[in-house]
Amino acid sequence: MTPALIVRDVEKTFNPGTITENYVLKGINLVLEEGDYVTVIGGNGAGKSTLLNSIAGVFPVDEGHIFIGDKEVTHLPEHKRAVHLGRVFQDPMVGTAADMTIAENLSIAMHRGEKRGLGKAISEKEKAFFKEKLAQLDLGLENRLNDVIGLLSGGQRQAITLLMATIKKPDLLLLDEHTAALDPKTAEKVLQLTDNIVNENKITTIMITHNMRDAINHGNRLIMMNDGRVVFDVKGEEKRNLTVETLLEKFTQSFAESALSDRLILG
Amino acid sequence: MLNIITGAISLGLLWSVTALGVYITFRMLDYADMTVDGSIVTGAAIVAVLLTKGANPFTATFIACIGGMAAGVVTGILHTKLKIPAILSGILTQIGLYSVNIKIMGKANINLLKVDTLFDIIPGGKNTVLIGGGIAAMALVLLLNSFLATSLGSALRATGNNEKMANAMGINTDTMKILGLALGNGLVAFSGALIAQSQQYADMGMGQGSIVIGLASVIIGEVLYHRTSIIGKLTAVVVGAVSYRIIIALVIDMGMDPLDLKLFTAITVVIALSMPRIKGYAMAKIKSFRKHHIKATIKIREKEGTAI
Repeated sequence: MTPALIVRDVEKTFNPGTITENYVLKGINLVLEEGDYVTVIGGNGAGKSTLLNSIAGVFPVDEGHIFIGDKEVTHLPEHKRAVHLGRVFQDPMVGTAADMTIAENLSIAMHRGEKRGLGKAISEKEKAFFKEKLAQLDLGLENRLNDVIGLLSGGQRQAITLLMATIKKPDLLLLDEHTAALDPKTAEKVLQLTDNIVNENKITTIMITHNMRDAINHGNRLIMMNDGRVVFDVKGEEKRNLTVETLLEKFTQSFAESALSDRLILG
Repeated sequence: MLNIITGAISLGLLWSVTALGVYITFRMLDYADMTVDGSIVTGAAIVAVLLTKGANPFTATFIACIGGMAAGVVTGILHTKLKIPAILSGILTQIGLYSVNIKIMGKANINLLKVDTLFDIIPGGKNTVLIGGGIAAMALVLLLNSFLATSLGSALRATGNNEKMANAMGINTDTMKILGLALGNGLVAFSGALIAQSQQYADMGMGQGSIVIGLASVIIGEVLYHRTSIIGKLTAVVVGAVSYRIIIALVIDMGMDPLDLKLFTAITVVIALSMPRIKGYAMAKIKSFRKHHIKATIKIREKEGTAI
């Protein structure tokens, strides 16, 4: 079976040739099988977000290839890759258009990656569908379809962003520390929601987190990044048996190996 | 007096078309588009030249719109493809248009006294500008309202509201910006063509400050007629444009030197734009006054032994 995602020898340097030059991805390799739910941990500057943004096409990579399914997307601009990807960002404000209503935001998501024409943006049938989907979030939003998103709390917005990212099933779901800006209780709820949606729809997912316990408790696979590379990759039984202690040990160990680099600060 | 007001309303309706164009770029796309000062003249210039050559006023006005749209596309390309900052892109197109407009007209101004304009061929007698302007404004409000409710309109609004989200949803934000600027400047040129036909001349200098007049109209509309629905917001723009003209007519009638108008407009826009801050400051003052007042009252009451 074709893997869901192949990242092959990808390198990325920001601001090359300047004083702020930053060599972030140093030939990273990653293959995801269909239905993999991968949690990603690593210190600040390890390249986690850069990896996700490289896959999403926020910027072009310097070297290497990226395939989603059997399609090479290495040179596609961000908006053309969107058809394959669902994305949720760390900042709850980024994923939704604040001045537009819940229904309008969802309708934009419903047609992710499609050509936008002069047809009506939202049909009555879609409205009913949105209501049903919002009810599943269990946040009481199903009767607020025509409310402007800006009126909602960060947690509600993040839940809606998650719904928007998955309402049209993506080939790959990218979650960039999507619970980091929420209070612990809301974060827990959004994580639970994430698990439900991902497992129910069997969506191939990459989730960055800075919380080792979350990284262990969620998903079927865990990778640790350090200094622009994948340094640890476990799956299945082995992952289930992980403890925070063993992870910390791995962390320290990979740090020691790259101790010469002073860019690494433990997150 | 009645004549002055009718005249102001008529002119306001013609200018409301410019204001609607500014609304699209400024509020929907979040883009302060300086092209406007040039594209409004482009509209006037094209319509004037075509009318003097005997073209049908409807055809001439339509072609004027296309000219304005082209100007918007240029600004859009400068900004999205060549990555020139938004304001500068508009200014560059505006400066370039100065030469282009003179080329179109062949001279600094053209009078249309001897040719039939739109306002000569539609019925309405003395009030033909009022009627024509009213129809144009109303039709555009309805048209824009339906456009903004389409998938494309929705994508345009998302681009202005949250570009990162729009991109992540597969919307080509560059194309949307170019489209929005074309739409906005098409409307502005339409307005320029209408104004030239109503005053029966086109002039190189007529565009100066029109972006500010457009902004003033948008903001005055939002203050006077605050609505949350799209159609309400579009109507507010027309209300703002007409109110602006009435205000101007009144202050001139009261004896203000017309040369001071631009300063007056600039100050109006500054006050309107800074309203949220002024309001916030005033609210904070009132709050702190109340707090002190309550504290002082409690103290006095304690002294008097009347504390509750």
